[in-house]
Amino acid sequence: MWVAVKGWLASDGQADRVVPPTGFTANLTVFASAAMAFLAVFALALSLAAGRLADRWAEELARSATLRISAPAEQMATQTEAALRVLRQTPGVASARALSQEEQAALLAPWFGAELPLDQLPVPQLIEVIETAQGYDTAGLRLRLSAEVPGAVLDDHTRWRRPLVEAADSLRRLGLLSILLITGAMAAMITLAANAALAANGQVIEVLRLVGGQDRFIARAFVRRFTLRALIGGCVGMALGVLGMALLPQSADQGGFLTGLSFQGAGWLFPLAIPALGAAVAFAATRYAAGRVLKGLS
Amino acid sequence: MIELENVAYSYGGGELLSDISVRLQPGSFHFLTGPSGAGKTTLLKLCYGALLPTAGVLRLFETDLRGLDRDQVALMRRRIGVVHQDCRFLDHLPLADNVALPLMVSGREVAQEAANLAELLAWVGLTNRADARPPELSGGERQRAALARALIMSPDVILADEPTGNVDWEMSQRLLQLLVELNRMGKTVLIASHDLQLIRSAKTQVQARVLRISNRRLQLAGADL
Repeated sequence: MWVAVKGWLASDGQADRVVPPTGFTANLTVFASAAMAFLAVFALALSLAAGRLADRWAEELARSATLRISAPAEQMATQTEAALRVLRQTPGVASARALSQEEQAALLAPWFGAELPLDQLPVPQLIEVIETAQGYDTAGLRLRLSAEVPGAVLDDHTRWRRPLVEAADSLRRLGLLSILLITGAMAAMITLAANAALAANGQVIEVLRLVGGQDRFIARAFVRRFTLRALIGGCVGMALGVLGMALLPQSADQGGFLTGLSFQGAGWLFPLAIPALGAAVAFAATRYAAGRVLKGLS
Repeated sequence: MIELENVAYSYGGGELLSDISVRLQPGSFHFLTGPSGAGKTTLLKLCYGALLPTAGVLRLFETDLRGLDRDQVALMRRRIGVVHQDCRFLDHLPLADNVALPLMVSGREVAQEAANLAELLAWVGLTNRADARPPELSGGERQRAALARALIMSPDVILADEPTGNVDWEMSQRLLQLLVELNRMGKTVLIASHDLQLIRSAKTQVQARVLRISNRRLQLAGADL
């Protein structure tokens, strides 16, 4: 297969020369390829970032739970101690720790400010629960807590974790779908451009046939030209897209998802596949168009 | 070399050629004549496989064209040099490249055939016009360039469609001399022309058979030709 593609794309100055240069359509093809590659870089980044987010949320939230104890002030310490004891005895719980007043204040700070007098407010006590890989029996733990710690409410994050992970997964799929659509649009655009070029060069094709030119020779001149244009446009668009991603603000906890859109680690190598994909699409589209048009020009 | 056996050709519901049988022997010289619209160009196109007969058998170099696909016919066509009435050049290429076009499409390196090409251009008197674009050439120069292109692959057969149609008498004599010279080298020549003066002139230089298309059929011309 590769040998066949290489044969088609191998430099053939003679085949290139016989088709007149078409500056305007050539520039349009390069521009359209560049635009598609630019968009593909962003779709790829979106898909990768959404994937990372879904993995992180699933990983982080799946292993942790929160026990909230709402009790009168004089019972708070006792119930907290009882809850910690129950948790320590529960198989599948790796660790359980009551959050300090400072940690709870930090959690509330975004809403009430850093100067919140937590000791004067009836704020529930939070206990962070970390699971083992096997996990614990949620229903059994809830049952035991309701008997021994009446003010305890176990939140294993399932309620809001699932839609979040699903949303991130949907975003990832959307990114991949966008890449597919961009690829399809590019194939359609190249097919149209190749059709137009072949139709505009009908007389050239006729002359080539009259002097003994075979369809393979004629098609190669067009296929090579469009493949190279798509490759050049793809490289330019990819470079601009990657530059745009590099200029995005760096990932920060405060920024959340939007600042984590850029590529990370080996992810920076993935856009390199975009010009190659564009060229492959152009190769297949032009070959298809050439085959169709040449068959029609009998 | 080229053989048509009871060939007919129809287009758009009407029969243009009917029951045509002719055999071009190696080294022969033929003229094809007849009034305008009689079907001379159509018959020439059949002879180089640009058209396929709607009835009868057409053989190029002992091969029946009915069993061949378009690419195989193209390969066959490389053994036939054709001088088209309207020359059919690629206007964006210089004359030398136009003459070398059959080499290019057959995958032969033009650079390796440079000596051949130069010799051919000299033979048709176009050495100093090698870099000119076709639109810059005169009618006579275009015809000579078309003849050079027809010869670049050293074909066994030369087919010429009204090669002197757009040139003056002096130039038509010069072109005729080139074709006669080729025939003396052993090439088979078939010229479609309605120019009876040219045909008479040729018959003084070479032993030529004159075929006439009349009422869609082919017949040997009379003694007047």
